Amino acid sequence: MTLMQVIFLANALVTIFAALMMVTSRKLIHAALWLVLCLFGVAAVFGMLEASFITIVQIIVYIGAIAILILFAVMLTQNAVDDSYKGNRRWLMTGLVALLALGGTLLALFTWPKVASLSTALTTAQLDIGLIGQALVDPQGYVIPFEVSSLLLIAALIGAIYVGMERKGEEK
Amino acid sequence: MLHEWFYLVIFLSIAFLLPAAAILIAGLLSPRKTGKIKTSTYECGIETVGSSKIQFKAQYYLFGLIFLIFDVETVLLFPFAVAYQKILLFGVIEAVLFVLILAAGLAYAWRKGALDWH
Amino acid sequence: MSFVADPVTFIIDWLQRVLGGWGLSSGWVQFILFALGAILLTVGPMLLTVGLIWVERKLGGRFQDRLGPNRVGPWGVFQTIADMLKIFTKEYITPIGADKVLYNLAPILAVGAVLGVWAVIPLSSTIFGTNINVGVLYIMAVGAIGELGVILAGLGSNNKYALLGGFRAVAQLISYEVPMVLALLVPVMLSGSMGLNDIAGAQKVAYVFLVPAAALVFFIAAIAENGRAPFDLMEADSEIVAGFNIEYSGLKFGMFYVADFLHAFTSALVFSTIFLGGWQGPGAEQYPILGFIYLMIKTVIVYVFLLGVRFTLPRFRIDQMMAVNWKLLTPLAMAAILVTAIVDKLTPGGFGLVRIVALLVSNVGLLLITNWLVGAYVRAHRARRQVVSGPRTVVVAPPKPVSEAQEVNA
Repeated sequence: MTLMQVIFLANALVTIFAALMMVTSRKLIHAALWLVLCLFGVAAVFGMLEASFITIVQIIVYIGAIAILILFAVMLTQNAVDDSYKGNRRWLMTGLVALLALGGTLLALFTWPKVASLSTALTTAQLDIGLIGQALVDPQGYVIPFEVSSLLLIAALIGAIYVGMERKGEEK
Repeated sequence: MLHEWFYLVIFLSIAFLLPAAAILIAGLLSPRKTGKIKTSTYECGIETVGSSKIQFKAQYYLFGLIFLIFDVETVLLFPFAVAYQKILLFGVIEAVLFVLILAAGLAYAWRKGALDWH
Repeated sequence: MSFVADPVTFIIDWLQRVLGGWGLSSGWVQFILFALGAILLTVGPMLLTVGLIWVERKLGGRFQDRLGPNRVGPWGVFQTIADMLKIFTKEYITPIGADKVLYNLAPILAVGAVLGVWAVIPLSSTIFGTNINVGVLYIMAVGAIGELGVILAGLGSNNKYALLGGFRAVAQLISYEVPMVLALLVPVMLSGSMGLNDIAGAQKVAYVFLVPAAALVFFIAAIAENGRAPFDLMEADSEIVAGFNIEYSGLKFGMFYVADFLHAFTSALVFSTIFLGGWQGPGAEQYPILGFIYLMIKTVIVYVFLLGVRFTLPRFRIDQMMAVNWKLLTPLAMAAILVTAIVDKLTPGGFGLVRIVALLVSNVGLLLITNWLVGAYVRAHRARRQVVSGPRTVVVAPPKPVSEAQEVNA
């Protein structure tokens, strides 16, 4: 067992454990923290794949923005929601359905020839972040998705402001 | 490149363990005389009134959302910045368009008053 | 490579030979060297904080025309040690109902986040923790972890005021991260890499002379991220009774305190690396130890300037702070990016005079335009504010008849 395999297994165990604790934790805030640990585990997977940019973006966006938003939401709505955990009586059925869905998806993916075979590792020259940048503004590359993503972001911004702002004369 | 990240893992582990160890050591050195009044929550010297949860204020969440949008925009711009020296003016104009679209979003938020703190 | 010119590389090589000679495989040698380097780079800043607190209190006193600590030791140098001893032995008073995990995790995250920045800073051309190729974004990422620590402190204290303080603090921190990251795009553009070592190495002319607009935005945003005056609403004693760290005592509070002071020095260090050229200076290439000295000199100058800003300017209100961020700094940062991107593409590359002058002029022009716009905005606002009452002359009313006065009083 090489060192990389050991590290990967350890990381996978931590991530799965964190995910398990997240869905079974009794207090919402603890669940949010376990989510943060799980996201760190995913970032570590990206790091092991030498995708350094995606690793750091995962941490900045998911943990630095989304996890903080989740904590805000948890705290701001705790006044209205009863924090005592009454349990979900149909958890067995739900778990089976989720397991079947996951199994079916994985089966469908692995019978697809492009996914089933391992792709070649990138060379060091291909790991340059400048290549991503060049592809993002290349007319034959991804410039259209790049601009569309900015439109998507502005749509999200407008939607958030419309939903979040209290309009004059209406109730909160 | 992996060993650079490995160094970071070691560094961050030590960086987080060091204050934890310091706090533990200080915990051993300090006295421990708990009393009911000492551990009650602080409220300017008077007894606490009401529960310790606060009113919902959508403002905080809205600021978080606006921050999220701009955060994603900025990290999308970073690959462009790294490649900046190698791309032509045409590519720069495309990125300028990206920034201008989001500046328009900021202007919209400004007009709607979403950026004011009440 | 003599010992004087490059002590760290010399020691590393010597250690590698010694450890290899003991029969350890190269992987373990690397690991031990990494661990040693990491320990040095974490314990060093913590010890540095002791000196920093003294410098801050002494200089702060001088800025405010008073002496500062001068009893304990010559010029009060042992004051911080006395304070540290006191904080080490104070009792940890955990409030009832505080969430144990959140409450104890918060100070560790706060300090760990600040220490984590030291891993990527190039202390000289050969001394650095690690040269990952996303150094700039890594600094942002550990800043995000620090913010997580603040919100955990607020949530875990079971105290209304801690919660409110925590929310306001996090709102301030996340808001000011936006112009900070935007301003950091500009040096990345100019140097073509996100690694801090590359940015420091590419500055034949310091970037503060090329892009002063971005440097100014980063400087202001860094002060706000730190929570220092004039943005110190997070810890304003008169406002919200010490904010999110009300319920902390003993070394846990000491850790927040250390994180605050160390963050100031770290911000100065990052600013010096990215905008002032880091370890660049005459002779820094041949003698890396000189690079370290240059970096420290630049950092100390920026740090003293930070202190000057802290002890001079009054505090902002929370709505003024948000207005400054979203209405001034973010548009300014975006404009700086646009201006720099276009001007740099239109001028020939290298560090020729044309490029330097063009960039400098465009940035200074941007700052002047912003100044004029802000002035116009403030004047327009003042005109729109209602005047409650004009100046009145003081007139003594003639005494009224008694019946009328009784009617008025009824």
